[in-house]
Order: sequence, then C-alpha cells, then structure tokens
Amino acid sequence: MAEPTSISFLPSRAGDVALRWLLFAVLALFALFYLMPLFVMITTSLKSLDEIRTGSLIALPERVTFEAWSTAWSSACSGIQCEGLRPYFWNSVALTVPAVALSTLLGAVNGYVIAQWRFRGANLIFSLMLFGCFIPFQVVLLPMARTLGFMGVAGTIPGLVLVHVIYGIGFTTLFFRNYYVTIPVELVKAAKVDGAGFFRIFWSIFMPLSLPILMVTVIWQFTQIWNDFLFGVSFSQAGTQPVTVALNNIVNSTTGVKEYNVNMAAAIIAAFPTLFVYAVAGKYFIRGLTAGSVKG
Amino acid sequence: MADWLERNVPRILLAPSFLIVLIFVYGFIAWTAWVSMTRSRLLPKYEIEGFIQYDRLFAAPRWDTAMNNLFIFGALFIVVSMMLGLLLAILLDQKIRIEGTLRTIYLYPMALSMIVTGTAWKWIMNPGLGIEAVVRGWGFESFVFDWVIDPDMAIYAIVVAAVWQASGFVMALFLAGLRSVDDEIIKAARVDGIPTWRIYSAIVIPSMAPVFLSAFIVLAHLAIKSFDLVIALTGGGPGYATDLPATYMYAMAFSRGDIGQAASSAMIMMAVVFAIVVPYLYSELRVKRG
Amino acid sequence: MEAMLEVRDLDKNYGATEILKDVNVSAEPGGFLVLVGPSGCGKSTLLNCIAGLESISSGSIHIDGRDMTHVSPKDRNIAMVFQSYALYPTMSVAGNITFGMKVRGVDAATRASKLQDVARQLQIEQLLDRRPSQLSGGQRQRVAMGRALVRDPQLFLFDEPLSNLDAKLRVEMRLEIKKLHHDLGATMVYVTHDQIEAMTLATKIVVLKDGVVQQTGSPAEIYRRPANLFVADFMGSPAMNLIPARASREGSGTRIQIERADGAPVELIDTGNGDLPEDVILGLRPEDIAEAGFRSGHHVHEVKCLIDMVEPAGADTFVVSRLGGKQVTARLHSDTMARPGSTLDLVFDLDRVSYFAPDTGERLN
Repeated sequence: MAEPTSISFLPSRAGDVALRWLLFAVLALFALFYLMPLFVMITTSLKSLDEIRTGSLIALPERVTFEAWSTAWSSACSGIQCEGLRPYFWNSVALTVPAVALSTLLGAVNGYVIAQWRFRGANLIFSLMLFGCFIPFQVVLLPMARTLGFMGVAGTIPGLVLVHVIYGIGFTTLFFRNYYVTIPVELVKAAKVDGAGFFRIFWSIFMPLSLPILMVTVIWQFTQIWNDFLFGVSFSQAGTQPVTVALNNIVNSTTGVKEYNVNMAAAIIAAFPTLFVYAVAGKYFIRGLTAGSVKG
Repeated sequence: MADWLERNVPRILLAPSFLIVLIFVYGFIAWTAWVSMTRSRLLPKYEIEGFIQYDRLFAAPRWDTAMNNLFIFGALFIVVSMMLGLLLAILLDQKIRIEGTLRTIYLYPMALSMIVTGTAWKWIMNPGLGIEAVVRGWGFESFVFDWVIDPDMAIYAIVVAAVWQASGFVMALFLAGLRSVDDEIIKAARVDGIPTWRIYSAIVIPSMAPVFLSAFIVLAHLAIKSFDLVIALTGGGPGYATDLPATYMYAMAFSRGDIGQAASSAMIMMAVVFAIVVPYLYSELRVKRG
Repeated sequence: MEAMLEVRDLDKNYGATEILKDVNVSAEPGGFLVLVGPSGCGKSTLLNCIAGLESISSGSIHIDGRDMTHVSPKDRNIAMVFQSYALYPTMSVAGNITFGMKVRGVDAATRASKLQDVARQLQIEQLLDRRPSQLSGGQRQRVAMGRALVRDPQLFLFDEPLSNLDAKLRVEMRLEIKKLHHDLGATMVYVTHDQIEAMTLATKIVVLKDGVVQQTGSPAEIYRRPANLFVADFMGSPAMNLIPARASREGSGTRIQIERADGAPVELIDTGNGDLPEDVILGLRPEDIAEAGFRSGHHVHEVKCLIDMVEPAGADTFVVSRLGGKQVTARLHSDTMARPGSTLDLVFDLDRVSYFAPDTGERLN
C-alpha cells in the first residue's frame, strides 16, 4: 500500500493551536486507558501480598520482588497440582508450533491452487471453506470430542493440534488465496511455457513472493492458537492443558489465599509470547486482523 | 498416467482440505443439528424426537438470561467499540507525529488472550482492592464500584473489558478506511471551501459504509462467540447473571452432561451468527466475482 | 511448403458458451501471422490454445507437421510473450531469461552463453542483475522478448505485447519486432486489437469477431477487399465510409443512387461492377475520395458536397460531409481550401469501391 494521505485540521490560526493541544490531551488520555491494565498487571506482579493489601492499585511497588514470578512459573497451584505455569507453557509451545506450521502449509497450497489453478468447482470449495471460518465453534464441540475419542487422541496434545489445524485452514487458505489472486495468471502461463510444472512454479516463483503473507499467516495462527481457550478447555485433560487454561485454573483456584501478584505474573507469562510477537512484527499482525474483514 | 497426474495435481492437493471441511465443519454441524432433535442426555441418542430440546431451551430461565445478556452485551459492545474506534481513528488521522506509537498502544490488547484480559480486569475491578479502593483513597469514601459481584451490573463489567480489548482493532479498520478515501475528492471539497468536520460527516464517513459493515460483522461475531472473557472475568456469575449462550452451551456439554441442551443451544448460536454473516458473505463473494 | 502452424476446425467452449467456432488458421514457415479483433473476440483464447495453456473442445493443432493438440505447453517448442510481460518478480533479469533452460536441465555454460547472445541482441546487457521492478516498461518488454528468444523455438507467440507501452515506445518496439522477425526468419503469431499494428507487422492477418474468423488474407487484401462490413469498419483509420445506396442496372454496369438531405440524390455510374441487388452499402476508404482535379482514372466521379467539418491532421486534412444519412470522410491534401459550410467538388474513385449486402454484411463484388 502506498503511504496514505490524511485529512487534517491544519492549524491555520493561533486559536487552532489550542485545539491541537486538546487533541493531544485526548489522545494521551486514551493511551492511559489502554496502558493502565498492563501497568497494573506489571506493578502488582512485582509487589508483595502485604503491599497489595495496604497500598494502592496504581502505586508503584515500594519494594520490588520477583517472588510472585517464580511462584507463578513453577509452584502456583491450580486445584490440587502445584507446579506453576511452566509445564502448561511448554504444552502450549508443543501444540502451537506444529499446528501453526501445518495449517500455514496447507493454507499456502490451497490458496495457490484456488487462486492460480482455477478449475470448475474451486470457487465453490473456497466458499465452503470461507464459511467454515465463521461458524461458532460450539457447534462442533460435541462431535469433535467424540471423534477425538474414536481416534484415540482425546485429551492429548496431538489431538489439540489436529483440532487447531482443521479449524485453522479456512483462515490460512483465505489469506493465501487473497494474496495469490492478485498475482497475474500470466505468470503461471509463462512458467508453463518455460517448462515448469505445478510444484516447480510453486517453489521457484510463488514461495519467494510469499514472505509477507507467510508472516501474516504465521502470526495470525500463532496468536489464535496460543490464545485459544475454548478448544483447550474442552479437549485437554490434566497435564495436557494449554497455558490459557492453566492460567484460568490458577486464578480461579478456590484453595488458599488469593495471591493477586501471582495471578498477574501468571497472566503476563501467558501473554508474553503473543505480546512479544506483536511488539516485533505488529505490522503483520494488524494486516492479518484487517485482511479478513476489509474488501480488496 | 503421468499426464493425468500432472493435469490433476491441483485437484488432488485440494481434496484433503475439502474433505476435512466437509466432514469437520458441515458433517459436524449436521451431527449437532441431528442430536439437537433427540432426547440425548449424558450420551447421544439418535432417534429423532422433534423440537423437545428447543422447547426445553426456550423454557429455561438460565437460557433466557443468557440470550438477554447476549443482546445487552452485544449491542453495547458493538456500539461503544465502533464509536470509540471511529473517534480514535479520526483523531489519529490529524497528522500526529507519534501516530505509530499511539496506534501500537491502542491496538496491543488485541494480541492478548481473553483469559489474560479477563484476569487483569477482574483484578482492576476488584471491589476491595481495585479501582473502588483507589477512588476511596482519593477521599471519595462512599464510592462504590462493585460491578463484578453485582448481578445487575456484572454484564457491564464484561462490556468494559471487551471494549478495551477490541476498540483498538476497530480503530485500525477505520483508520485504513479513512485513508482509502479518494484523495482527489477531498481536495475538491477543500477547494470548494467545505469545513473539515463537514468533509468528514458528508463525504468521508458515508463513503466508509463497507468498513462499518466489516467492523460490525467482526464485532458481532466476536460477541456471539464470547466465552473466554466471561469465564475469566466472572465465571458466568454471580449465579448465572453473566451467562452467555457460549457459556451455557459449555456448561451443558461438559459439566451438566446434557448433550441435547448443548446441541440445541449451539444450533441457536449458529443461527444467530448465520443471520448476520450469511448476507454479508453472500454479497462479498458476489462482488468479488463480478 | 508445409505450414509451420496449422489450426484445424477448432472449437472452444466454456460450458454452454462458445468462445471459438470452427477456427481454421495456418502460418507458413517464416510468416508473421496476426490475429486481430475487438476485445472479447477470442483472439487471446486462440493464442492460449495454440500454446496449450487452454484445452480445446474439438479440432486439432499441428506445429511443424506434428499433432500438438494434447501436448503440454512445455513440449510444443514454442515461446510466448505476454501482455503484462509476466516476468518472475523475485528473479533477476538473467534469472528470468534462463529459468526455462534451468528447468530443462541445460548446463550452466550453455545457459551463460545463450544469455549473453540474447542480451547483446536486445541491448539489455547492463540490466542482467536487476529485478523486474527496477526496470522501465520498455526494458521489461525487452526482457520478456529475451526470455522468448533464448528458447529459439519453432513458433513465437505474442499476446498483445505492446499494449502496456506509451504511444512513442509502442512504435519503436513495433519496428524492433519487425526487424527481429526479419533477422531471425522465425514464425510468429501475434495477437493485437490494434489494426495498425496488424497492418504494419503481418504477412498474414486473421480478423476475428465473436470467436469466428471473418477474413484471412494479406494486409493489402484485408484492407482493399474486406470480406464483410465488420472487417471494412474495423480495419483502417479513419474507418471506411459505408454509405447506403440503391443500385440499378445500367448497360453492363450499375447506376448507384445515394440519397442526401440537402438536394437531389447523387448518381454514380459504376461500369466495373454489375449484378448488384437493389439495396447495397457502398464502401470507400477516405483516401479514395479526393478533391476534384487531384485524382484521375476511368471511374472517377465528381460530386458536389457540402462540407460539415474540417479536421487538419498534419500531413492530411480530413473533411466530413454527409451522404445517404451517413458521415462521409475524405482524406485531402493539407493545403485544401475546404471550409465548413462551403461546398466542394469531391471525386469518388470507383476503382476502389466495395459493395456489401445490408442484411448479411457480406461483400458483393
């Protein structure tokens, strides 16, 4: 996209300068609104429980302690188990990596076929897949639970990977299809005349072109799958739960005192991977968010 | 044979995905629809009995609350997110030097899991130690902010957290929309001496109708599927005060062992989603083909 | 001599839609065959069928005597230049030109030497390391040509290769393609909607409309003796004047009457053509109408015409009058004294006349 032009209130008179300051004030206020929860999470996680009970929510910690962080990571209790978030964090890694890789690969091939090797019925298949992106997943929870049982992968990480791949290919196909459809079909024709076949064209011509959409898709899938709760809570069992489920269990654990600092540290740990990706590749994240919803 | 293979490689490669979608989306929907017409309880039964599950569903006060909550939550969430998003987009569109930074700040909640969002807001809105305590600390001793434990207000607490999470995304959509307006039209309006607010209200915003529609669809979709946020923030409580169809369905399916109710509530959810999404998708696909 | 390309009885349907109907086309070795027609006439589809990029519904395609109907594009020994150039965006110019050889397993030394030959021929030696996005339109065009040349095929296919260039560059490249054709002596098939390109490049033109061949012939034949009203109107700029007229027998020839609003009908005696039906459409190219005194011959007829409009166009001046309810354009010398609203004696050269049937549009003489 070319650098967009904006429509602005150009400050032409001195009176407009005041308006300009008002604008900044409003924008800053909203920035505070969005940042406040993160700020509270971080400061709370660095306080001791005593300080939390006596001090103010929005005060900086008087004495910084990382105790809550180590508890959250390795010994916080969810129900009867007290092993912190660590095992569940690695569960999430173990399920997210293959699920992202597989769904992205399938999406790339599907998108390439649908956009560049159009055949009768391809558009119908695409419409059916697109539709699948929009269903509320509640409608597939029950049969999925039974199917995973039949397949012998109920409550396992491979089972969760399967679920995420299946319900991810709609979106990944959409991303790649919409990207490849902007590439002129003459490119494939030229390559065919040059003697290249289906896979050669994909590998030599389309893959090198696909880095941006690959980033968008990987980041989108990563965020979706890492942050998922519904599938995680429905199809996992003790020991195979992803980090979001474990976080919720820790926070809502009814045994013992409420350790708000531990909860906040755990929340930050659970949020860290996606926040990190957002910080380093936010451009692609935003493109993914808007890709499914803006025409063109 | 090799020739046949070469010609059919695209079809062969698309076939597995097609089959997967056919079975795991459409087949499963059909299964759920079927079971929603049976007397299934803990285990599915396959004898069709008619609409008994739906009768039970519509008679259940808990479902009634869930649907009411969906409409309150959905309406507020969509309207407030859209208004806030549009406002922020217009304000950010004023050649702000630190626009990039602000955009990043407004949008980061979208990268978080709703469980994280719920956990954070649950703490912030904690009646004893959260915002209530902060404001009382400022001298307003009688200040009360206990939405998360007030059955009448808890649903609004969820709206606050949901808006916090999604409004930045709406802003990003609108900002992109604002910037795709034809530059020459705006120049023409400038030359005609039309004031800036009129350029927005009469030219820019009306031309963004498709973006409004997109934002509406995405938000409505998010609202209907909302599950994680409720679980993390209120757990559906106090009592059933913040139940949504999604939490109702989950409770029936996995803790109450009432598959018939779970299936029928899921079907209603899908009907609501489809009522909103199908016309949109239909027009989208038609436009793209034309 | 056996044809290099022979398309026989080709039909192409998409479902119930017929894209090409009973097309017969051939190109002699070393010939330059141009497929011309308005957009949507099926000319590009025909080229894609010849390349093997689209399947055909019935008929056959032979290249150099071999039946290629069901052979895949890579084995047809063809090269193709596309309208959008279709350069591989992530490869350098050199990579683009040698990709085909690489796919075919040609060794590196041969690739390098062929690349150098082609680069020299097209004067793109200094561009070999660039990416397509760093090239101008004209340079991209050259690279696309290079990719085709390096194949040294039996048949070159061009799909509107000049339509994305600006007017000046288009004329330059047109000349260059013509020179290339002359130097290589290769057989070329060229698709365009631009009738001037067709006229200047072709040794043989095929005019298509709605998937049906309207006429096949040399540029001169197509221009002088269009087979029907469509070809007459499509080829030539300004277009051929097509004037409704009435014909009646006059000795061995024909008396032609043309109505006009501002006076008695014009009467012409055509001694060269007999046996015409009563209603005809008379076709005359603008250059076959001249100012009185500038053209002589047996069949020159003088007509007094009221001039509606005068359009100087540099070398020529076009004057527009009205006959038989139609605008009639004449190509005159630039120093003509014709002025709008005045009358002028124009001569019609009936040696060059075409007659068409108003109902079928077919040529009558």
